[in-house]
Amino acid sequence: MIRRAALHAIPTMVGVVIVSFLMLHLMPGDAVDALAGISGGASAETVAAMRSAYGLDDPLGVQLARYAAGVFTLDFGHSISYGAPVFDVIVDRLPATLLLAATAFTIALVIGVAAGWAMAVFADRWQDRTLSAGVLFLYSAPSFWVGLMAIVVFSAKLNLFPLGGAETIGADLTGWALVADRLHHLILPASALAAFFVAIYARLTRAAMLEVLHQDFIRTARAKGLHPLRLQFRHGLRNALIPVVTMAGLHFGNLVGGAVVVETVFNWPGLGRLTMGALASRDISVLLGILLMTSVVVIAANILIDWLVARLDPRVSA
Amino acid sequence: MKRRDLLAGLAGLPLTALLPRIALAAGGGGTVTAVAATETPVLLAFVNTSSTIWSAKTTEGLLEFDHDLTPRPLLAAEWDVAEDGLTYTFRLRQGVKWHDGNDFTADDVTFSLETMKRLHPRNRSTFAHITAFEAPDPHTVILRLEKPTPFLLTALSSGESPIVPKHLYAEDADPLTHPNNTAPIGTGPYVFKEWVRGSHLIFDRNPNYWDADLPRVDRLVVRFITDAAARTIAFETGDVDIGVRTPVPFRDLEGLEDLEHIVLEPQGYTYSPPNITIVEANLRDPILSDLRVRQAIAHSIDREALAKIVFYGRATPSASAVVPYHKDFHLADPSPYALDLGAAKALLAEAGHPDGVTLTLDYTSEDQRLVGEFLRASLSRAGIALELRGQDMGTLIARIYGDQAYQLHLASISNLFDPQVGVQRLYWSKNIIKGVAFSNGTGYQNPEVDALLEAAATSTDRAARIEAWHEVQRIVARDVPNFPLVAPTWLTIANTRIEGHTSGAEGAYDGSLRRLAVRA
Repeated sequence: MIRRAALHAIPTMVGVVIVSFLMLHLMPGDAVDALAGISGGASAETVAAMRSAYGLDDPLGVQLARYAAGVFTLDFGHSISYGAPVFDVIVDRLPATLLLAATAFTIALVIGVAAGWAMAVFADRWQDRTLSAGVLFLYSAPSFWVGLMAIVVFSAKLNLFPLGGAETIGADLTGWALVADRLHHLILPASALAAFFVAIYARLTRAAMLEVLHQDFIRTARAKGLHPLRLQFRHGLRNALIPVVTMAGLHFGNLVGGAVVVETVFNWPGLGRLTMGALASRDISVLLGILLMTSVVVIAANILIDWLVARLDPRVSA
Repeated sequence: MKRRDLLAGLAGLPLTALLPRIALAAGGGGTVTAVAATETPVLLAFVNTSSTIWSAKTTEGLLEFDHDLTPRPLLAAEWDVAEDGLTYTFRLRQGVKWHDGNDFTADDVTFSLETMKRLHPRNRSTFAHITAFEAPDPHTVILRLEKPTPFLLTALSSGESPIVPKHLYAEDADPLTHPNNTAPIGTGPYVFKEWVRGSHLIFDRNPNYWDADLPRVDRLVVRFITDAAARTIAFETGDVDIGVRTPVPFRDLEGLEDLEHIVLEPQGYTYSPPNITIVEANLRDPILSDLRVRQAIAHSIDREALAKIVFYGRATPSASAVVPYHKDFHLADPSPYALDLGAAKALLAEAGHPDGVTLTLDYTSEDQRLVGEFLRASLSRAGIALELRGQDMGTLIARIYGDQAYQLHLASISNLFDPQVGVQRLYWSKNIIKGVAFSNGTGYQNPEVDALLEAAATSTDRAARIEAWHEVQRIVARDVPNFPLVAPTWLTIANTRIEGHTSGAEGAYDGSLRRLAVRA
């Protein structure tokens, strides 16, 4: 199964490169226009010199062929707006976003499933109503607002967490001090990013649990005299998790992409902000590199989720 | 005019006199954290003028400037300008080392200036009349010109004309993609240490700086904080010490001003004065080519109200594109078309639009949107409906300067150190260049203005230059190819625990921050 998925990934990625290359070139203006724009001026000669230095004056087909040939040798081109190889620019940022997304993903799944389970078990009682209200709040609050409020309350007023960034800059920490420092910086942004997804998973889990708990095999198990907790976890939650995990698999891509708002508010040095910057500066080679690498990450995440679902539900792998 | 500035006692005095002597002796140390809203493409302004803000911290120029733009020695210890303005002689400071340990010599200077004449977007024209770059000995540089360039000395600052180490640039190296752009080696007070993109920059104290008393901080950290609200909070909590060019939203300034640990410093913006917020009319457009329509627009703009409402009073109204910060060159006359909605309506009717007109206004960025909405409200009262069209910079440049497919364009134009460099480009007909950002985008052509601009560009008589510029401003105020509005105030926001950040015309933005210190 995994081999098949990996094989399918290759044409997907070729498609990603070609379609995004053409779509990105549909944008009005190029990197030199954007650069001249932020410089506040230029001259005809320097503009022409820059276009020729970066190969922007070649026909589109030539540029695409050059890019594709580069990708085969793992050369993703030169970033105009960062003055460095694209690969380095992205690899600098990728771990930060993956860490943020993976942490948020874990928080969202753990808290969401726990809340959903509690809501289903206490369905229509006050516990359910209170949690539902909280979940509705998280569901409707935009993540930039959640992030800013978290900063105002926990950083500015209570001084519990740093204001933003991924590490204490210039502190030259090592070992456990470094890990603790990173975690300290990670908690607020990861929670802000997770908030919306907590709400989704809680509602999904609640609905799925309620549905499962009303099925015949649960009644049979209960009649057998199974302990209620064992019933809820072994039989109820395990089955209720299948739709949650499937949805979560689709969401991981969203998380990586959607991190941009949280990255901006918390000044997190990740791919989301890089994407926005590259878009504004028309840095096509960086954008293509990001699309390519995130598609690899998302494909890998999907393979992992398929495997997980197969573990949860033996019927799927057949 | 023969002028010879002698180094040592004389020239060093006025600037250092601004600082308390005790602090100088104390030595200081410590870390200062600066904040920036955006990250520049590179760290060196050698051939990339989008990257001035951190350039001077590592890489110096020949001169620095007092608040009134009087040149002071930096890498040049003394200089002499011949009476005819055609020969410039610089005696370079001795014993200066590059960060990599090599000696700084006259060859570095001639290499840097010659390369900029070829590739620097502005110095291409600033240095256009220089015919020879000579280095008769390792500590002397002579520039020979075919025509005078009255603003040449002012252009030799660290930010505008940085001097780079020639030995790093091999024969065939392309300065546009050279690694020195992102990890610069200079002679400056701070040594580049690291740049984690999207996060921060670190500069360390240059222990071998030519001025043994400086710099006085051990480390300069730059944090990139994209979110405006987060920047304000970072100043409130003391997480960042300094930010330039009003780095927070105007509505947050009052709250910050009330804090005891914050100062708002308006000085340090005479070298690069604040931009003029301006509306440009596309004179190729059939409606806007009619002078009466443009006069009607001018009659319906209230600059004072704009400054008060959109900028919370922190903007200087200016009917001229030459901002009031250029005290001599700025013409303070009000627009000949005063706020008068009746006159505006009458002019529109006369131009064949008795029922009003609808025009598009292109802009970029959130700040500009607010100005655009103010204008939409003002102009609607005269029967001019504005359709606002927001977009990012790349799209805007392509639309305005490439396709020239627009009616009105809301822009923010930098004035720079001389109107010849910053403002001439808007009105000079030879600067109507398709595809070039912030050239003469309106398509304005007036032989009288061209003649005045060209005369002022090569005149050595400052009074005559000022008079020519005043006349240009009078003419374009009548012709209204564009509508200068306000110059939003640039402030340096600083924590009171630091000092010495604003010691000259270049301030903390264009300057090297070499006198920066943490208060004892």
